[in-house]
Amino acid sequence: MSDPVSALNGKTYSGSATVTENGLCGMIVLRGTFTDTVFQQAVRDIVGCDVPDIRKLVRSEIGSAAWMSPDELLLLVDYSQTEAKLSALRLALAGTHFMAENVSDARACFTVTGAAGREVLAKIAPVDLSPVVFKSGDFRRTRFAQIAAAFWLDEADTFHIICFRSVAEYMFNLLKTSAHPNAGVGVY
Amino acid sequence: MLILECPYCGVKAEESELSAGGEAHLTRFGPGSSDDEFHDYLFVRENPKGVHFERWRHANGCGKWFHAARCTMTLEVFGTYSAQTTEPPQEIKDVITAKRPGWSWRNVSDETNTEGQRT
Repeated sequence: MSDPVSALNGKTYSGSATVTENGLCGMIVLRGTFTDTVFQQAVRDIVGCDVPDIRKLVRSEIGSAAWMSPDELLLLVDYSQTEAKLSALRLALAGTHFMAENVSDARACFTVTGAAGREVLAKIAPVDLSPVVFKSGDFRRTRFAQIAAAFWLDEADTFHIICFRSVAEYMFNLLKTSAHPNAGVGVY
Repeated sequence: MLILECPYCGVKAEESELSAGGEAHLTRFGPGSSDDEFHDYLFVRENPKGVHFERWRHANGCGKWFHAARCTMTLEVFGTYSAQTTEPPQEIKDVITAKRPGWSWRNVSDETNTEGQRT
């Protein structure tokens, strides 16, 4: 079988912030009833953390869970283990009302690092990115210019962005433009 | 710029993150209904100057449909509420009554109770 390759194969750009295409990331979209104890236990078993609160992302050593909507989670796991985890998840939830799919190859992941990261994102997304409002562990689905995207901020002040693979090039060019060294605004 | 708070994810979403879904609280007339009922269901819409109820979808967000009550003249938003209802909830009606005494929209007004009956 051919080797899996991420959308932009780790392309990177350094401007006022560093934009990097992350490479392969395992992603499972999981729909179900958050209050169901079987569901909660299944999430704990797969990614090692509880169901996140509204618009949050929780992490553990083996994965992360992100709040996508009142009935949808995005589970982030190691790419090579995605199929195995998905099978385990389906087994654990069998008989309950749920949907779980592997969407790893349908998405592209980016990181934006550097002090100007907030500004780079604030210029292209209709989100209040003030440090008082948007903190580490916060997760948000929104749009980046003309495309749908989701992003979160980790403890190291790095922004992680997920978008559809088909628009990965657009996303990279957009972030690149926003992170141009001469395009600083200096708000945050 | 219209800013609506999504009742599902709590985001104060601006218009560009939402997609409009037309008039709220329509009763569907499908197979078995009369031609007039079907015609009205398809084509007849309110076009008020003032209080209006609409459906919106948080398209670039959690993806959920919800309802919004707003004023078409001033763009003031009275509130947003769940899609799982066939009529505006009492608290939304109370907010509108406080700001627009004497308002009415279709068979809903500041004088109707939750069953749509005049008090």
